[in-house]
Amino acid sequence: MSEPAAPSTAARPVTVAAAAPADPAARAVIEIDDVDFSYGPSRALHDISLAIHERKVTAFIGPSGCGKSTLLRCLNRMNDLIDGARVTGGEIRIDGVNIYDPRVDVIELRKRVGMVFQKSNPFPKSIYDNITYGLRIQGMKNKARLDEIVERSLRGAALWDEVKDRLHESALGMSGGQQQRLCIARAIAVEPEIILMDEPCSALDPIATAKVEELIHELKRDFTIVIVTHNMQQAARCSDRTAFFYLGKLVEYAETRTIFMNPANPQTEAYVSGRFG
Amino acid sequence: MSPPATTAGMIYARPTPAKRAERAVFWLLRLSTYFVLACAACIFLDIGLKGGAVVFRKEAPFINVPFLTRAPETLNVLEFEGRKLTLGDAAFRKFRAEHEAALKGVRVETYVYSAGGIFPNIVGTVLLVAGSIFIALVLGVLSAIYLSEYATEGPFIRFLRLAIVNLAGVPSIVFGLFGFGLFVIAFDFGVSLLAGWLTLALMVLPIIITASEEALKAVPKGYREGSLALGATKLQAITTNVLPYALPGILTSSVLSIARVAGETAPIMFTAAFVVRDELPWQVQQWTDFFFQGVMALPYHIYVVASKIPQNEYTRDVQYGTAFVFLFTVAAIAMTAVVLRLRLRRKYKW
Ligand SMILES: Nc1ncnc2c1ncn2[C@@H]1O[C@H](COP(=O)(O)OP(=O)(O)O)[C@@H](O)[C@H]1O
Ligand SMILES: [Mg+2]
Repeated sequence: MSEPAAPSTAARPVTVAAAAPADPAARAVIEIDDVDFSYGPSRALHDISLAIHERKVTAFIGPSGCGKSTLLRCLNRMNDLIDGARVTGGEIRIDGVNIYDPRVDVIELRKRVGMVFQKSNPFPKSIYDNITYGLRIQGMKNKARLDEIVERSLRGAALWDEVKDRLHESALGMSGGQQQRLCIARAIAVEPEIILMDEPCSALDPIATAKVEELIHELKRDFTIVIVTHNMQQAARCSDRTAFFYLGKLVEYAETRTIFMNPANPQTEAYVSGRFG
Repeated sequence: MSPPATTAGMIYARPTPAKRAERAVFWLLRLSTYFVLACAACIFLDIGLKGGAVVFRKEAPFINVPFLTRAPETLNVLEFEGRKLTLGDAAFRKFRAEHEAALKGVRVETYVYSAGGIFPNIVGTVLLVAGSIFIALVLGVLSAIYLSEYATEGPFIRFLRLAIVNLAGVPSIVFGLFGFGLFVIAFDFGVSLLAGWLTLALMVLPIIITASEEALKAVPKGYREGSLALGATKLQAITTNVLPYALPGILTSSVLSIARVAGETAPIMFTAAFVVRDELPWQVQQWTDFFFQGVMALPYHIYVVASKIPQNEYTRDVQYGTAFVFLFTVAAIAMTAVVLRLRLRRKYKW
């Protein structure tokens, strides 16, 4: 029995999406500039610098504990909640504004930088109340407007047809994949510019994962997306640019295609080919 | 060489020391539980049977209405025209007016608190419980929110927590004296509802704070983060997406506290309880007086009728009747909290 000769790239464990055209003109929405980060005395990020482009999907990959979530949570200052955790050096600018400037209102920041968590966390309320949560706390009461946004957000998250008849039932009755897409819908309801996703598919089965990935493709038209994943196929399938982290340092950051097909750094090469991590 | 034991041979039970110990301990556990149950059953049966006989009646309306609706009265016992009469104060005065002449020289024995009912005591206990639980819940939940959501863990907060836990171990009589010194004398509230509320509230605060903190901590972190990530302030996140889900747990703590607040005699005997008072709590000159009046209360009444008055065949009924009504009242208040908790739990399922 003979097998057809595999093309040389098939030896790699991943398939790569059609090459995103290199776009040197793409605007950098988020500029991470020489950032250091510590949890109390322990240093988690060392001198990270990278620019995240508008309306692109940027993936953070790397072995567990390398600081992907830490960096992601710096972008909407979610780390402020952790006692003793702080950025100890460098700057993160969004649209040119240093988000750690004392004048920055972290509430406004989080409205512009939405987040989807690893463990899907729909509130134990109705689907409708989940979607409208962000708007209601801002004081929006107009029922017609809220209805409209609910429909638009659910359509945006490819969930409308599945749930339109049970908007007022508890969100906890949905399947795991639906719950995660609901969290995405909830995030886009407040119309952010940037959506951060921390391993959004790690608890989902392959079919639900495929749906979320498809959704990420759609969302890219309107939002800048940063996704953390430990699944390299996922990074390869749905991101335009990929950053590889190791032990709190940025090892390589380039077009996804380059990272997977032709990495410059031997560590990256070893990681993406599955030899460690 | 002996043949190896077959698998079938190995599964037949053989007594080993470990198995014997297992059986012995199992029986010890079982017997301890049965012993506790038996004690509880004795208490409830005794009070249920003897107290029930006082509170319930064989003929309609099947309930001893005067016992539940009247104030305690002095019992007058007299021999009249060959019959033995037992009359409450009011009835005796009427009787005396009618038989003025015939009563000359008749010996009348009086027994305090052995006639009438315990209505003011029921009212007083309900008021004391409601007010003190309300104060304790407000203070306790606010403190718990501070401790679990805002405070930065450190030596000071650890010390604070230790202090709160230790407060739970302070004997209730000490709370009573503290309340007497601070509220009754220093703040000049007098022996009053307000002084009793505050004293009782302080007594159960540790239970409520500790349990509320547990309940808040049990709410998944994801709800807080989810809210904050959508642009909620910390306060908004807590009020919309943490506190509602913690409420059932907080109410559980209040059920325990209700039993404690209703039952304790020591904290109220210096601060809020009167042995006897003619007016009911709502019979006040102006509404502010409401807070500064003493009340009669069920546990204190039991204490008085069981130990402060001469014992005889007539006091027994009051003692058992009051104990029965007392248990029933506490159960009823606690049930309200349980029902509320069930409804909340159904509303916020997570
Ligand atoms: N809340 C925290 N407190 C202290 N150390 C933390 C905390 N969260 C993460 N870390 C540490 O920071 C490093 C990076 O963690 P993380 O960003 O979660 O990694 P990743 O998401 O890449 O798996 C790890 O060494 C981890 O132990
Ligand atoms: Mg992570």
